[in-house]
Amino acid sequence: MTRARGPGARRRGFTVFQCAMGALVLVFVMAPFVWLFISSLSERRDLISVPLHFPPGRMSFARYAAVFGPGGEEIARAFKYALFNSLIVASLVTVIGLVVGALASYAFARLRFALKEKLLYALLFTYMIPPIVIVLPLYVAINALGLLDKKVTLVFLYLSMTIPFIVWVMRNYFGSISRSYEEAALIDGCSRLQTLRYIYVPMARPGLIATGILAFLLSWDEFFFSLIFTSSLAAKTIPVAIAEFTGKNTVDYGMITTGGVIASIPPLLIAIFFQKYIVMGMTGGGNKE
Amino acid sequence: MHRVVPQPARGRGRGGEGDLSEQGFAFLLLSPAALLIVVVVLVPLIITFVYTLTDMNLLSDTKGRFMGLANYGAVLGSSWFWESLGRTLYFTFVSLILEVGLGLLFALLLAGSFPGVGALRALVILPWAIPTNVSGALWKWILHPDYGALNALLSWLGLIKEYQAWLGQPWLAMNMVILADVWKMAPYSAIFFLAALQFINRSLYEAARIDGAGVFRRFRYVTFPHLVPTLLVVVVMRSMEKFKAFDLFYIMTKGGPANGTKVLTYDAYLRGFDNLDYSAAATISYVIAFLVLAFTIVYLRLGRQEDIHD
Repeated sequence: MTRARGPGARRRGFTVFQCAMGALVLVFVMAPFVWLFISSLSERRDLISVPLHFPPGRMSFARYAAVFGPGGEEIARAFKYALFNSLIVASLVTVIGLVVGALASYAFARLRFALKEKLLYALLFTYMIPPIVIVLPLYVAINALGLLDKKVTLVFLYLSMTIPFIVWVMRNYFGSISRSYEEAALIDGCSRLQTLRYIYVPMARPGLIATGILAFLLSWDEFFFSLIFTSSLAAKTIPVAIAEFTGKNTVDYGMITTGGVIASIPPLLIAIFFQKYIVMGMTGGGNKE
Repeated sequence: MHRVVPQPARGRGRGGEGDLSEQGFAFLLLSPAALLIVVVVLVPLIITFVYTLTDMNLLSDTKGRFMGLANYGAVLGSSWFWESLGRTLYFTFVSLILEVGLGLLFALLLAGSFPGVGALRALVILPWAIPTNVSGALWKWILHPDYGALNALLSWLGLIKEYQAWLGQPWLAMNMVILADVWKMAPYSAIFFLAALQFINRSLYEAARIDGAGVFRRFRYVTFPHLVPTLLVVVVMRSMEKFKAFDLFYIMTKGGPANGTKVLTYDAYLRGFDNLDYSAAATISYVIAFLVLAFTIVYLRLGRQEDIHD
């Protein structure tokens, strides 16, 4: 420790200060979460008592059972279906996005072609376009094609948002792999697609995991398109279900917080177990050190 | 292309794509991504522009008539547009300053070493991970005028005498949306700063310490200059996102009360999907797009030297 140079007492004082600030940050970050979870377990009578009872009386997982069990009332059923829709849509977007994105990234990282830089800028530009700017004609077209309220529509819309990002980041990863591996493979008779499959994809695995995670999280979180293009349990995603039940006149906050906890579990697990990759993907997109 | 090393003969003639030139092969690889982006993004982008030049109020008798720049004149000449723009800018700047400031403080703390710092580093990212709408609903519940935890907490601490309607007054409601946004996104900025801090050479601090620089001078002359590039990237990137914010406003306030939280994107959404006035919605969204484009250009200038040339 370099701090050992300073007088011992001052150093200890600083550590105490750091711990105190750390505790403050911990409360700021975690308190709303804890409240979300406690609310989802509390009985309705405790949730609407004034003044608030803390800690609440009896707690139970009854609402979770209602969401995952068969039948259930309207809101529990809505969350169950929305969760399923979100899982399908986000998984498809991640897998298709990675395949299509990896092909394009390889071209940008390794091949020479006309307008390369211009196309790369165009890609970044499309990533920056706010969804509100393209939503009206999309609505007219999707309505005319009879594709409203379908999961496949969301998959295509989300792919258009995630692919530019995937390419922008993957290009860096592919570019950093030494060409000598590819050259050796080409001499051994591999085709270029095979070098992509057997050299680039395995070597850029951390990058693929990082971008795949971010694509999944982006799709999981997306609200605007889902709000406009879905209307029933056939395609509605979790953010729309939450918004819908939060906007009602009589809001059942017990169920909302339960839905909130369930909707947060997949991204939270990802954030906890793949934190290294998330940081890599995020910083690889914007600032390359 | 400025490659020094001559390229060896590539895979032409071997494998399955022998008939294609390198360029043809590249375009083949790009085609699925390109097709999707052209159909889903670029064509609608152009059609929206056409909407801004025509009468596309679906309830109007003269629907489809060419209007020239009249829609832009109507939007830019109205008071509601400037009010929405003002609120958008207020939201963008205030939440940006709080988010970046707090993110920087988090990062400085988390870059240190003290008991529990590893666990804290892992936990601090969690608000960023949960869906935006969950955090919106959660904050709406915490801020509830009758049953909310914030009122209960503050009155228990004796800081307020009676319960407040946090989302019931225009300016207060805006600040509460900012609070929700900062809570969720300060960790995100912190991650960028933390990554940058880890690249600062330790010996620089040592040298500064030997020269007698205190904590603040070390921050001012060693840490801060190293953080400036990251700071610029974060500021530009986050301003773009904040400028087009929609989700939190939809779920927490629906633009109210008294339009106090009606930002541009929400305004455009209402005009398009509630009033069915596609012209006004398209025109506002084009104004948003131009402002975002300005941010993008700044962003590219910042990243250009290091990123795009391989």
